[in-house]
Amino acid sequence: MNTANPPVPENCSTVGVVTVENAVLSARGVDVYYGEKRAIKDVSVDIARNQVLAMIGPSGCGKSTFLRCLNRMNDTIEGCRVTGSITLEGQDIYDRSQDVVPLRARIGMVFQKPNPFPKSIYENVAYGPRIHGLAADRVELDEIVHTSLQRAGLWDEVKDRLTQPGTGLSGGQQQRLCIARTIAVNPEIILMDEPCSALDPIATARIEDLIDELREQYAIAIVTHSMQQAARVSQRTAYFHLGDLIEVGETDRIFTNPRHKLTEDYITGRFG
Amino acid sequence: MNKAEQTRARVEAGLKRRYAAERRFRAYGLGAVLLGLAFVVLLFSTLVSQGWSAFRQAYVTLDVQYDAAIIDPEGTRDTATLSTADYAALVRASLKARFPEAQSRQETKALYALVSSSAAQAVQARILGDPSRIGGHERLTFLANDRVDQLLKGRIDRNLDEDSRSLTDQQVGWIDALAADGALSLHFNKGFFTQGDSREPEQAGVWGAVVGSLFTLGVTLLLSFPIGVSAAIYLEEFARRGKWTDLIEVNINNLAAVPSIVFGLLGLAVFLNFFGMPRSAPLVGGIVLTLLTLPTIIIASRAALKAVPPSIREAALGMGASRIQMVMHHVFPLAMPGILTGTIIGMARALGETAPLLMIGMVAFIVDVPKGLSDPATVLPVQVYLWADSAERAFVERTSAAILVLLAFLIVMNAAAVYLRNRFERRW
Ligand SMILES: Nc1ncnc2c1ncn2[C@@H]1O[C@H](COP(=O)(O)OP(=O)(O)OP(=O)(O)O)[C@@H](O)[C@H]1O
Ligand SMILES: [Mg+2]
Repeated sequence: MNTANPPVPENCSTVGVVTVENAVLSARGVDVYYGEKRAIKDVSVDIARNQVLAMIGPSGCGKSTFLRCLNRMNDTIEGCRVTGSITLEGQDIYDRSQDVVPLRARIGMVFQKPNPFPKSIYENVAYGPRIHGLAADRVELDEIVHTSLQRAGLWDEVKDRLTQPGTGLSGGQQQRLCIARTIAVNPEIILMDEPCSALDPIATARIEDLIDELREQYAIAIVTHSMQQAARVSQRTAYFHLGDLIEVGETDRIFTNPRHKLTEDYITGRFG
Repeated sequence: MNKAEQTRARVEAGLKRRYAAERRFRAYGLGAVLLGLAFVVLLFSTLVSQGWSAFRQAYVTLDVQYDAAIIDPEGTRDTATLSTADYAALVRASLKARFPEAQSRQETKALYALVSSSAAQAVQARILGDPSRIGGHERLTFLANDRVDQLLKGRIDRNLDEDSRSLTDQQVGWIDALAADGALSLHFNKGFFTQGDSREPEQAGVWGAVVGSLFTLGVTLLLSFPIGVSAAIYLEEFARRGKWTDLIEVNINNLAAVPSIVFGLLGLAVFLNFFGMPRSAPLVGGIVLTLLTLPTIIIASRAALKAVPPSIREAALGMGASRIQMVMHHVFPLAMPGILTGTIIGMARALGETAPLLMIGMVAFIVDVPKGLSDPATVLPVQVYLWADSAERAFVERTSAAILVLLAFLIVMNAAAVYLRNRFERRW
C-alpha cells in the first residue's frame, strides 16, 4: 500500500495544512469546469483514514461539486471536466485504466436528498452486495442486510417491514436507509452531501452518532451547512469560498482560531 | 384604511372574477367531453345497428337425395369419382322436388339461386365423410343466398316493385313458403368468424383478416418494441448530447409525421422489389408497419425515460452499478408503464393502418385463412375497405360487423396494455 502523500503544488494558496499522515484520498491541484465556468479552482486536500473531514462554505461555492469529483459522479454530468489529480492510495482515479464501477464500490456516496430505490427496504440494502457479488448465498445476504441496517440504526424500526417499499419510510428513515445501503458494500471512504439537511434534530443526532461510529472503520467526507454539526462530527474542516479552498485545519483550531479573514467572517456569521 | 384592509378589499374584489373564470373553464371542459362522448355514441350506435345483423345468417334446410346415378353411376366408390361428382345437381334436384311448379329455364334458375353455391361442397363433405350414405337421403342445412338473407332481415323491401328489387315476386313467394315451413330461418353466423373472404357475401368471413392482422401485428410488435425501446434507451441514457443526437431527434420526430403511404412505397421498393420478399405477406406488412410505429414508440419511450427522476440514476451509479445495470434494474422498470402506453398507441395505429398495406399487395382478394407469415393475407381495415367497396347489399352489414370486430380487437389490446401497465406501476 502506497501511503506516501503526493506533493502539494507550489502555488497552493490554501491556508493551513492540507496534508495528513494517513491519507487515503488525496486531491492535488483539482480544477472543475462546467463548460466554460470554473467551479473549483486549484484545490488540494487530503482525506484521512478514521477521520471525518467537514466541508463548509456559502451556498454555490462548490462543495458538492468537489465531493462528487471524489468518486467520479461528475462523469455523469454533461460538459463537466475535471483536471488535476485525485489519488486513492497512490492510484489516480481519473486515470484511463481506472474503472469507475469498482471505484464507486470503494468510495460510497450519500446524497443530499434521500433517494432510496422504489423497491423494498430489503432490496434497497441488498442491491449493492448483489451487483458486486458480495454474498455467496441468501443467508449471507440476509446477514449483510441485517448488520447494515443495524449499524445505520434503522433495524429496530424496519425489521418487521423489510418487504415494504423503502420509499414509504419517513425522510429521516430514508436517509438512514441510504446510509445502510452505502455501508452494505463495505466502502473504504464515505462521501456525504448534507445528509441531515432535511432532518429533524432527533434524526440528525442519530445520524451524527452513526457518523462517529462509522469513523472507526471508514474515512468520511461530509458537506454541511451547520457549523455546529461540523464542530460536533469532524476532526478536520475545510472552508470553501467561490470555488477556492480557503482554509483547512483541525476543526477545533478552525472554529476557535481561524487564520483567514474569509473563514473568520463565515464562522462568526458575518458572511453567508 | 390601513394596508392590510386595502389588500383584503382588493383580493375580495377580484374573487368573483376568478371564480367566474373557473366556472367558465369547467363548462367548456364538460362541453368538450360531452361532445366527444356524443360522437362515440353515434359511431357505436350506427355500427351496431348496421352491423349487428351480420352476426346472424339465413339457413335453408332441404331434404337431399343422395342419388347414386348422379354421384357414382359406375358404383366404383373411389375417391376420385366421389370428389368430382356433380353435387350441385343434388341440391338443385332437392329444390326442384320442393317447388315442382318451377318449370321454365328462367324459373328454375331463379329457384336454384336461393341457395348459396357452398351447398354443393356441404353435400360433398357428407358423402366423402361416409360414402355408404349414397342411395339414402338426409335433411341438410345450407347457407341461403345473400339476397334471401337480406329479405329475411328486412333489408330488401318486399313492397317495392319487382323490377327495382333484386328478388322476383316468385322468389319472394318461395322464400315465404320455406320460412312458413320452418325450413328457412336466421341462426348465429358461425362462418363469419371462421372463414376467409369470399365473392359470395353469405360465405364471406372475417377470420382470414383477423388472422392476417394478428400475424402482421405480431411481427410489428416483435420488431418495433425491442428496436424502439433500445433506440430510446441508447439515445436517452448513453448517447452524448450534441449535433448528431439533435439531428437524429429531429428526424425521428419528422418520421412520425410522414404520411403512412410513403412507408408503403418504401416497403414496395425495398422489401418486395429489391429483397424479393413475397407479396401480400404479413411478414412484409409487419416490417412496413414497424417503420411506421417505431417513431411513436421511440418518442414515447424517451419521454418515459426522461420522467424517471435523476436521483434514481445517481443512487444506482453511486452504488457502483454500471450504466446498463442502472438502466435495466432501475430506470427501465420505472419507465415501463410509459413505454407500454407508447407501444400500445403505436400498435393501435398499426392495427388501423390501410394505405401502406395496399402498396405491398395486402389488398388482394384472399380466400384462404393465412397459415404462416409468408402466406398471402389481408388485415381487418383492408377487409373493411374491400367490403365497403363491394356492390352487394349484404356486404354493407358485413362492413359494419368487420369494423365492430376491429374495435373489439382494439379493446382487447388496450385492456391488455392497461393490465400490464398496472402490474408495472410503482410509486416513488
Ligand atoms: N450541473 C451543473 N452545470 C453547471 N453549473 C453547475 C452545475 N452544478 C453546479 N454548478 C455550478 O457550480 C457552482 C458550485 O455548485 P455546487 O453545487 O458545487 O455548490 P454547493 O457548494 O454544493 O452549494 P450548496 O451549498 O447550495 O449545495 C455553482 O455556481 C453552480 O451554479
Ligand atoms: Mg451542494
